Amino acid sequence: MAAKTIAEKDYDDIPGTYVFDADRSRRGFHLNMFCMSLLKAENRKAFKDNEAKYLDERFSLLTPEQREAILKRQYNRMLELGGNIYFTAKLGATDGHPFQHLAALMTGSTQQDYADLMLRGGRPVEGNRSKSGKADKLKAATSKPVSKGNKRRG
Amino acid sequence: MARIVAGVTSSHVPAIGAAIDNHRTGEPYWQRVFEGFERSKEWIAKVKPDVCIVVYNDHASAFSVEMIPTFALGTAAEFPIADEGWGPRPVPAVQGHPELAAHIAQSVILDEFDLTLCNKMEVDHGLTVPLNLMFGTPKQWPCPVIPLAVNVVMYPPPTGHRCFMLGRAIKKAIESYPKDLKVVIFGTGGMSHQISGQRAGLINSKFDHAFLDNLTKNPKKLTRMPHLEYMREAGAEGVEMVMWLIMRGALDDNVDEVYRFYTVPASNTAVGHIILANRTKASKKPASKKAVARKPATKIKRAAAGQKIQRIRS
Ligand SMILES: [Fe+2]
Repeated sequence: MAAKTIAEKDYDDIPGTYVFDADRSRRGFHLNMFCMSLLKAENRKAFKDNEAKYLDERFSLLTPEQREAILKRQYNRMLELGGNIYFTAKLGATDGHPFQHLAALMTGSTQQDYADLMLRGGRPVEGNRSKSGKADKLKAATSKPVSKGNKRRG
Repeated sequence: MARIVAGVTSSHVPAIGAAIDNHRTGEPYWQRVFEGFERSKEWIAKVKPDVCIVVYNDHASAFSVEMIPTFALGTAAEFPIADEGWGPRPVPAVQGHPELAAHIAQSVILDEFDLTLCNKMEVDHGLTVPLNLMFGTPKQWPCPVIPLAVNVVMYPPPTGHRCFMLGRAIKKAIESYPKDLKVVIFGTGGMSHQISGQRAGLINSKFDHAFLDNLTKNPKKLTRMPHLEYMREAGAEGVEMVMWLIMRGALDDNVDEVYRFYTVPASNTAVGHIILANRTKASKKPASKKAVARKPATKIKRAAAGQKIQRIRS
């Protein structure tokens, strides 16, 4: 069997998810190292004083896309470009936001709606298993005995 | 001879640590979480472990993206508390057990598990939150702790099977340590949660309950679960539950479930907690004859641990 190409990663079928794998780890190296720099108070201050300058002087190897995503606080885009949530959360903390603020941004809801969703027991897995819908159908099929005659493939 | 007497698993949600540090544990939202650990604190105070091994993951504190060790064992004498961006958590520094850690390292590496050894390492909420949940907020932690940091941040983490087998190797290592030490091993993280992307907020209680059931009775089944299933069913970050299998692998095949607690949510996460006790040879020690006559063996052991099986679900 040939090695899986990037396009064939099985986890890419999970909706709304950017799995931080070795590829993203490599591509996102400078983005994540920028986030890591925010662990130091003096760096947080320098960044807040002049964000563009901080990035240009200290993290010149960021791609233009990564730089833009940071400045615009596009959290999903940062994940797509190799950011990892445990790192990008440090940018949110630097802005003084609680984590649920970032969660709300990433899920396209208000912080209140997101908090309410969690209190109601969170986002259900039903309907959220796969982009293709195959995993949901498979799950439904294995949890209920289906007679052979009824077997259908979408 | 040293021996592992029990395993504890617990979520390590950072917001739990923040609730402790900001004195908000009395708020109804947090009370629901902390109440679930009251009996556990009593239990561990009775067990009085000599050493705890805490399997956890670092969250971009001690390790960044510069170096990503899959299994990193803390062999230092002391582990300072990491500054995660708001100053270090106001909890005591963690005292290690370098002698036992070195013994584990030697035994486990010769058993073909290629550990990274850390003679200097800071520890973050992944390790300190479970200590708080089990020991409260003492001035000093009641016993030395050996941290075992597992990469679950970058995909792929080690497989569940690999984790389980590492647990087996740790068990063997501890049982070959000449000093008489009572060891409790912690598996931390989980349960279902996703904190990234448009699917953030995912919780799957059905998966979590089944995971807890299998952890006690049929861990081998869990060792065959692929990462894809964890991520699909329990959220992208829920894959960190593989760490619980190191704990389980370090225990005997047959264990008593001493206690279980599950609640949703703590911040973005389903909180799960279980205590599993080895059926120790303690019953061979002279127990009161009356007790022996009255109760079947397993009951005595549970009584000895000061607990009946307790299940609290909310
Ligand atoms: Fe974690």
